[in-house]
Amino acid sequence: MSKGKSMVAAKKKGNAKSKAGKKAVSSTRNIKVDALARVEGEGALYVRVKDEVIEDIRFRIFEPPRFFEAFLQGRIYSEAPDITARICGICPVAYQMGASQAMEQALGIQVTGTLRDLRRLVYCGEWIESHVLHAAMLHAPDFLGLQDALQLAKDDPEIVETALRLKKLGNEILEVVGGRAAHPINLKVGGFYKAPRKESVRTLIEPLKWAIDAAIGVAKVFGTFEFPDYEDDYQCVSLRHPDEYAIHEGRIVSNRGLDIAVAEFPDHFKETHIAHSNALHGLMMDGSIYYTGPNARYNNNYAQLSKLAKSVAKDCGLGKKCNNLYQSILVRMVETVYACEEALRIVEAYEEPDASCVTVKPGAGIGAGCTEAPRGICLHRYELDKEGRIVSARIQAPTSQNQPQIESDLRGVVQGNLHLSDEDLKWRCEQTIRNYDPCISCATHFLNFTIDRE
Amino acid sequence: MSEASGVLVIGIGNRFRRDDGVGPVVAERLHEHGLDVVELGGDGTELMQAWENAGHVILVDAARSGAAAGTIHRFDANSTEVPTGLFHYSSHQFSVAEAIEMARVLGRLPPRMVVYGIEGKDFSYGEEFSPEVAQALDSVTQAILGEIENAAT
Repeated sequence: MSKGKSMVAAKKKGNAKSKAGKKAVSSTRNIKVDALARVEGEGALYVRVKDEVIEDIRFRIFEPPRFFEAFLQGRIYSEAPDITARICGICPVAYQMGASQAMEQALGIQVTGTLRDLRRLVYCGEWIESHVLHAAMLHAPDFLGLQDALQLAKDDPEIVETALRLKKLGNEILEVVGGRAAHPINLKVGGFYKAPRKESVRTLIEPLKWAIDAAIGVAKVFGTFEFPDYEDDYQCVSLRHPDEYAIHEGRIVSNRGLDIAVAEFPDHFKETHIAHSNALHGLMMDGSIYYTGPNARYNNNYAQLSKLAKSVAKDCGLGKKCNNLYQSILVRMVETVYACEEALRIVEAYEEPDASCVTVKPGAGIGAGCTEAPRGICLHRYELDKEGRIVSARIQAPTSQNQPQIESDLRGVVQGNLHLSDEDLKWRCEQTIRNYDPCISCATHFLNFTIDRE
Repeated sequence: MSEASGVLVIGIGNRFRRDDGVGPVVAERLHEHGLDVVELGGDGTELMQAWENAGHVILVDAARSGAAAGTIHRFDANSTEVPTGLFHYSSHQFSVAEAIEMARVLGRLPPRMVVYGIEGKDFSYGEEFSPEVAQALDSVTQAILGEIENAAT
């Protein structure tokens, strides 16, 4: 992919000049982050700089491999959603729904109407809890020069209280629709084990009305942050749906003209093993790197956001495109506002369906499913034998797809900020990684930080 | 919450990561003595929700402070700050100690809150405790029961 000319590049020039006098002696700087904070899972970053040039940059994920794809083999189709949900405690719905949709395609059934609405509703719950947790508790402290959310709570208890309440509401949606606040137990191939009662769904109305205003308030506060000047010409890959801002269904599209059915994913995307990481690195077939996540969705599907979400975006300083991933914190809050609105719309219209699921008849087939996990597209593909047992499974989590793009951003950010002290540079790198809300546990298939300066 | 004691025990940890499972196992033993217990994975926000309406909370978690395995740490969270380095064995960095300190800042700490940390040494995959931790199970269970009895009288 073409490397964007970031503002940072301009700074770098000036910086290189100012340091020119020091070049007589060769020096190496090593920057190391041994255990990355405020991300899900375990990872590390190593950077080696010689004579102001980056020689090596490695973003390592050392969560042990988890072999989900292997132990799904031989399992019956209906087990895949609950098994794969265990890949992540933050975005289990992404796995349950991607797996379900893949099975539904393999078995030739469609989930429509109220059941489809309920799926969108529970997914909105996951977006709310995941986005708010990341934006307010994990990412916001970076912009305030604070060590963590605890410092943030001391500085601004009100915003933390609001964030906690919003997150809780997201989990409550999971509970009402999915039967449990984490790792819901009510989602299955074909729909739900049991349709939620109308009265319990309606308990969400008042909290959701509060949540829309609360999320707007948080978005506006974050809009006042100062954002590092780093942009890239990202190859944005996301879902797109003709009728709605894509969350749980759609075709896979990019801002470079890609427009494919989910089942065609393996023809256009590949995964490669890298020696320094336990996560697979996702690439386009032509070897180019791509980005998936909130800003990709926003850039590709801005037109489909609600009027209110667009006005919130504008009020917090976003245009119709956003190629500064530090501002992903704003996009997450815009998406949170949208998810609250969508959830409210669905909740208000909800009538209990006649059947909680579509009848499924096991058989042979191949199917793919893809949803927009909070961190980006999450793909499942399964092949079933005639009894409906899994012959092969492939799961591509967003963080592994984003890993080459994260390294590319780190390269740009480090190169542009070599004038910073090791400590400040380390901070900036961690902040950069957190732009992606990486879910290392999911990708392992993550951060210690090392920079060597020579 | 059981009316008899008014105590909520929160056991934190992952039973499949050996010594990390000590919190849930102690909670299970206390449940056998009729106490209300909750088992959690260690997500800070979830924790704060769990103790929202509780008056007296006893939180049990595995600790990793460098002390000898099996050492029992006890903190009165209402009067002492919980050292953030102690329970860092969590996939989320917003973990137990942070949740307690955040709750203190936000005025959401239960009126009585005691934290027990049992020093572990093996946090690899598996269900067997290291011998030192297995040995500490009885004493920590008895210590908590004794504490609750004293509080009731």
